[in-house]
Amino acid sequence: MSSNVVLQVENLHTSFFTRAGEVKAVDGVSFYVREGETFGIVGESGCGKSVTGLSILRLLPEPSGQIVAGKIILEGKNLLELSKKHMRAYRGKMISMILQDPMTSLNPVFTIGDQVGESVRMHQDLPENMVEAEVIDALRLLRIPAPEMRINEYPFQLSGGMKQRVVGAIAMSCRPRLLIADEPTTALDATIQAQYIALFEDIQEKTNVAIIFITHDFGVVARICDRVGVMYAGKIVETALTRDIFKNPKHPYTIALIKSVPQLDRKDDQLFSIEGQPPSMLNLPPGCRFCPRCTVALDICKEQEPPEVKISENRSVSCWRVK
Amino acid sequence: MFSTISTTKTKTKKQYRGVTRTARIIQGFAFWVPLIVMVVMIIMALFANWIAPHDPNQGKILDRLLPPSFMEGGKSDYLLGTDLIGRDVLSRIIYGARISLSVSLLIILVTGGIGTILGILAGYAGGRTDAIIMRIVDVALSFPGLLLAMLLAVAIGPGFKTVVLALSILGWAGYARMIRGEAMRIAQSDFVAQARVNGASGWRIMIRHIFPNIINSLIVLMTLQVGMIILAEAALSYLGFGISVPTASWGSMVADGRANLDNAWWIAAFPGACIGLVVLSGNFLGDWIRDKLDPRLRQL
Amino acid sequence: MATKILLEARDIVKHYPVTRGLLQRTVGWVRAVDGVSFSIEYGKTMSLVGESGAGKTTIARQILLLEKLTSGSILFEEKDLYKMTPKEIKAEYRPKVHYVQQNPWSSMNPRMRIKDVVGEPIYVNNKQSKKDVDKDVVKLLEQVGIGAEGINRYPHEFSGGQRQRIAVARALALNPSLLILDEPVSALDVSIRAQIMNLFKDLQKKFNLSYLVIAHNLATVRYMSHSVAILYLGQLVEYGDSETLFARPLHPYTKALISASQLTLPEDSEGKAKQIILTGEMPSPLNPPSGCRFHTRCSEANERCSKDVPEMRKVGKQLVKCHHYE
Repeated sequence: MSSNVVLQVENLHTSFFTRAGEVKAVDGVSFYVREGETFGIVGESGCGKSVTGLSILRLLPEPSGQIVAGKIILEGKNLLELSKKHMRAYRGKMISMILQDPMTSLNPVFTIGDQVGESVRMHQDLPENMVEAEVIDALRLLRIPAPEMRINEYPFQLSGGMKQRVVGAIAMSCRPRLLIADEPTTALDATIQAQYIALFEDIQEKTNVAIIFITHDFGVVARICDRVGVMYAGKIVETALTRDIFKNPKHPYTIALIKSVPQLDRKDDQLFSIEGQPPSMLNLPPGCRFCPRCTVALDICKEQEPPEVKISENRSVSCWRVK
Repeated sequence: MFSTISTTKTKTKKQYRGVTRTARIIQGFAFWVPLIVMVVMIIMALFANWIAPHDPNQGKILDRLLPPSFMEGGKSDYLLGTDLIGRDVLSRIIYGARISLSVSLLIILVTGGIGTILGILAGYAGGRTDAIIMRIVDVALSFPGLLLAMLLAVAIGPGFKTVVLALSILGWAGYARMIRGEAMRIAQSDFVAQARVNGASGWRIMIRHIFPNIINSLIVLMTLQVGMIILAEAALSYLGFGISVPTASWGSMVADGRANLDNAWWIAAFPGACIGLVVLSGNFLGDWIRDKLDPRLRQL
Repeated sequence: MATKILLEARDIVKHYPVTRGLLQRTVGWVRAVDGVSFSIEYGKTMSLVGESGAGKTTIARQILLLEKLTSGSILFEEKDLYKMTPKEIKAEYRPKVHYVQQNPWSSMNPRMRIKDVVGEPIYVNNKQSKKDVDKDVVKLLEQVGIGAEGINRYPHEFSGGQRQRIAVARALALNPSLLILDEPVSALDVSIRAQIMNLFKDLQKKFNLSYLVIAHNLATVRYMSHSVAILYLGQLVEYGDSETLFARPLHPYTKALISASQLTLPEDSEGKAKQIILTGEMPSPLNPPSGCRFHTRCSEANERCSKDVPEMRKVGKQLVKCHHYE
């Protein structure tokens, strides 16, 4: 893993303008990802992690979804300043995305070869006879057995795990610099999940791609992520190296979350559970967003939002209790 | 829509709302205009006695074939002109609304009712019941409706009853097929499994669980049918198997006016326009209802 | 000993026919469940663990009598369910066995108010007046932590976690002895899961409930279960006491599952057992492999494994189906 930063997100604000008001789905998020590194974004549903991924690709549903402020810098270029046409050239070639549901990610009426080939044809200027070689190459990268036969098959002929690999092949076909994976393993069985994650570690080693791994599953985080950002109600509340997040979490939400997840390695008699529910994004509380559910809240937490404090090289927390 | 964004703060919200507002205005048209049209038609049908300026069935021979009042040669008495026998076109249209709408309503209720009951039965019970009902549906759908109308007209004579019978005997089949599909889907759902685990009987499940969940589809189907049925009744009357002269129905008026299209176009044109308006309105409203009732994943 | 067993499944088999052609000839069988036996004691939790396609939900549907077994028997309170008349089933079985499903969004009729949703089992079985049913519903909702003001609301007005609680209230309506929980928390947010799992444990203590939990997440399983059965391709491969199984897994598949579910941190991997990653995927139940069904993915498979079907053997306190334990 080199120290070249591939993606730098600075103070990203993404909102959805609905009839009910402005939903600040992403409210000031900053992080970076280096070449060959996997950065995990962990959080529960509604925290804004998927919207962050979509924002980077500028694939928000319009006209309601808009990036309102911030910078998204990919290898020196601010993506938010690119024209639509230019951005389209980036999608698939420089950045690509894998989504959660393998069932709906593939078009049922086109063959595997057509779908992987579509990506190749769009971004690479190759003569037709070389496109197939590229497709087979991409399928091999994802360890899909007998790729020469697969290219003529249809999605319904493949299992869930295999479909997800094809999705991965489409994403990696043009060897992007950044891969955003949005809960790609959630719909997979445990043993298939383990295969898939090992596969991605392998791919990362071979191609040096930077990965943003969006998930709610700490087990997956532990396995594949080098660094992690924990998101809650539109903000990143803590960023750290993976081992530090587990061994020494600092933000009350991170601490509570890790305690509330049953782990195979210890036998719990009673699970710690976090009271209440995440706040409504239309009606955010003043002050720290986690304060209503926080067991160790201070007075200032109710009034002011804590700033992000950089504790060390790879560590930052947004909490009044951490200086 | 997405222009270059600098790193400065929030764009004014007005810009975003602006785009959606135009879209919303157009969408509004698609709702209000058809609704007003339908309401006007319903009022015409209900209060024909009070609204219509003249007797629809009696005409003054002296006033025959008068053009609409806003054209040269027309009389202010007869806003939309008169027909061959001097009957006021406007009054006939107003009374015609009564016929067209009541025929549609009756047929929709009857066909919708039968179709729903059989559809739910077929979809939930499956097996032989399903097979039998669906074969009957197949027959009904493939039977030529026009032929049936003709046979009925011969058997019991043309008129209101004939139209209703002709369109009802076969009309339920379309509903049955669609509702069956919905019912099958709902029968597979988790909450129906729960009801079975709780010991609910088949009838209770069909009435309490399946029916309330197909109402959406049913309403949409029914609204979209309004236009079709009015057209069908108009066609039957035009061909002489339905409502016949002298009773005013939009279809029979168009039939009457056919022969005089070149010299007295208003006799056929205005009732024809009414048919078109109601069919369009029904379709628009049906679409609107379908969109409104569609469960959206996001409120965006 | 025998009187402590609430539900027993004996060698249950469920095959689904595959038909083809105009005349719907049967061309094959999907062997979804192929000879499974287990028992659940009063007041205890048994978990059925397996991946998708293993047959867990099929087993649940057989026990709930939503489908009919191809062969085998199910004994409830020592009575064979298939020898009972429909009346007896409605009177003696249905009230005692209930079901909480995975998806809190589809397990309730979206058109029914909560009081009708939770009250339905009572109404259908007891013929009480609506008012009395409502009173019972309020009590049930309180037990699961939902306030009485909720009774006139519709399911979509509640969050996922709250709906799951309502589903539990419905399942408790007739004072059941056994609840079948089908992946009860996997559709919920991580921080809500703990709440619901704690609720299950509390209710078990309070009412001496038995649970049959269907899950694929081993951590959840370990937290909730007294006994565990591991299912692979329609058959049990390991079955026994929960703690023993997790401390000393015997079957290679169990070991792989545990490995896949562990929270292994890269830095800790020296010292801990190497991660076990299985190759390939679960074969189709239409055409299960010969001999031991797991041999196609097993790192410890030998020639015998592809030829002979292993028997379920007792090793210590557990039952294992593997040639390596003979």
